[in-house]
Amino acid sequence: MYNQENCRFAKTHEWAFVEGEVAVVGISDHAQEEISDIVFVDLPKVGRQVKTGENCCVIESVKSASEIYAPVSGEIVAINEALTGDPALVNREPHNGGWLFKIKMTNPEEVNALLDFAGYQATIQK
Amino acid sequence: MAELKKTALCHACEQAGGKMVDFHGWLLPVQFDSILAEHKAVRENVGMFDVSHMGQLSVEGKDAWKFLQYISCNNIKSTPAAGTYFHILTEQGTIIDDAIAFCLTPEKFLVVVNAACVEEDFNWFQKQAKQFSVSVSNESAQWSMIALQGPKALSLASTLLPVVANLPRFHIAPIELWGIKGYVTRTGYTGEDGVEIMLPGTHIEKLWNEFLRLGVKPCGLGARDVLRLEAGYLLNGADADQTRTPYEANCGWVVKLNKENFIGKAALEQKKAAGFATLLKGVHLKSPGVPREGCKVFVNGIEKGFLTSGTYSPLFKGIAVGYLNADVPVGAEVEVEIHGRKVPAEVVKTPFYKNRV
Repeated sequence: MYNQENCRFAKTHEWAFVEGEVAVVGISDHAQEEISDIVFVDLPKVGRQVKTGENCCVIESVKSASEIYAPVSGEIVAINEALTGDPALVNREPHNGGWLFKIKMTNPEEVNALLDFAGYQATIQK
Repeated sequence: MAELKKTALCHACEQAGGKMVDFHGWLLPVQFDSILAEHKAVRENVGMFDVSHMGQLSVEGKDAWKFLQYISCNNIKSTPAAGTYFHILTEQGTIIDDAIAFCLTPEKFLVVVNAACVEEDFNWFQKQAKQFSVSVSNESAQWSMIALQGPKALSLASTLLPVVANLPRFHIAPIELWGIKGYVTRTGYTGEDGVEIMLPGTHIEKLWNEFLRLGVKPCGLGARDVLRLEAGYLLNGADADQTRTPYEANCGWVVKLNKENFIGKAALEQKKAAGFATLLKGVHLKSPGVPREGCKVFVNGIEKGFLTSGTYSPLFKGIAVGYLNADVPVGAEVEVEIHGRKVPAEVVKTPFYKNRV
């Protein structure tokens, strides 16, 4: 649904898929594999204003808690309710049913500062 | 940073896909494929852990038992093959380490201790040994160890080691595998039945591979921590340390004040009479979330303590133990602060998991 080739990536492993003025946000396949065994996702509240790089979500695995940063600024307009009952969806489908939240962007230009898929792949292969 | 120590199974763990991490200076697998899958294997079938980092101290001599009775707050069994769980205490009655002493003969015991405490325990034993006719040696480097745990562990182990079939819980037996001498103990840290097998490092990988061939799932420290917390076992260094007595650590049963003098006895008598300000209790989350070490615990908005261990249990969801003010009873409604969010929880008795051993 949100093919990784068509996503933009933050160095902190979040992806953003742009649909008009809304960015769908999730974590990369690499990130879900590193985190593994996701058992709880503490999602932000709808209506919250977030800035790029702001810690706005926590993904809990059995062994650790990972902070998730907003890849762009804007308002949280939707969260993935399916994760409440099935947080492991982030492990199984990081680029599909496992998306986290949607941000209505205040400045869509910010997306250009994010890496494209090839650029992101290069950062994780180091 | 000093180079991490490797167990004789380090290579085999890496080969099996182990994600290796620093655990008290040892390079050990935190997980292989999935902590949840490894947990399931141990609860329903059988799994194995590399526990070669653990320490072995040999206590030998005419006074071996007398010496251990002095070192330990528990009564050490002196029947050959019997093992005793005990705490090694300071003069103040606080916990240096928890360990198991196995009686090999009335004049020779093997004491299995935590990896992080080997040096300290060994030094402490040597210091105390001066007043006894006993010699203490550190055999940690010569032994490697695999813990085979789960409802199918005993039947599987007995195919290689027939002695296991009749080995009582908490007992030790000498073994010989491929002409090499070692030991097997019916012990573990998971709440399931199982054995721990000690062999020299030269032959441990052969045993690991044999278990792999028999379909045993390799498991890491991540699953081990979930299993032991469910089973209510202490993690020394987190749930117990030199600021806590066994009474505070919910291990009053380990202390036998009616026995002859032992290190820490006088202090424990005094502290027990005075009462304790905080006690280790179980905490069970009632809403989604994962409690962790360090999370604060509140009652009606007032801070009442903090967690020393916490995790996500596939069987019980958010579980933890922590030191809470003594006025917070079992059954109390509390809140655990996780990432700034206060999550409702209940104070409960441990263990969470009714051990099958």
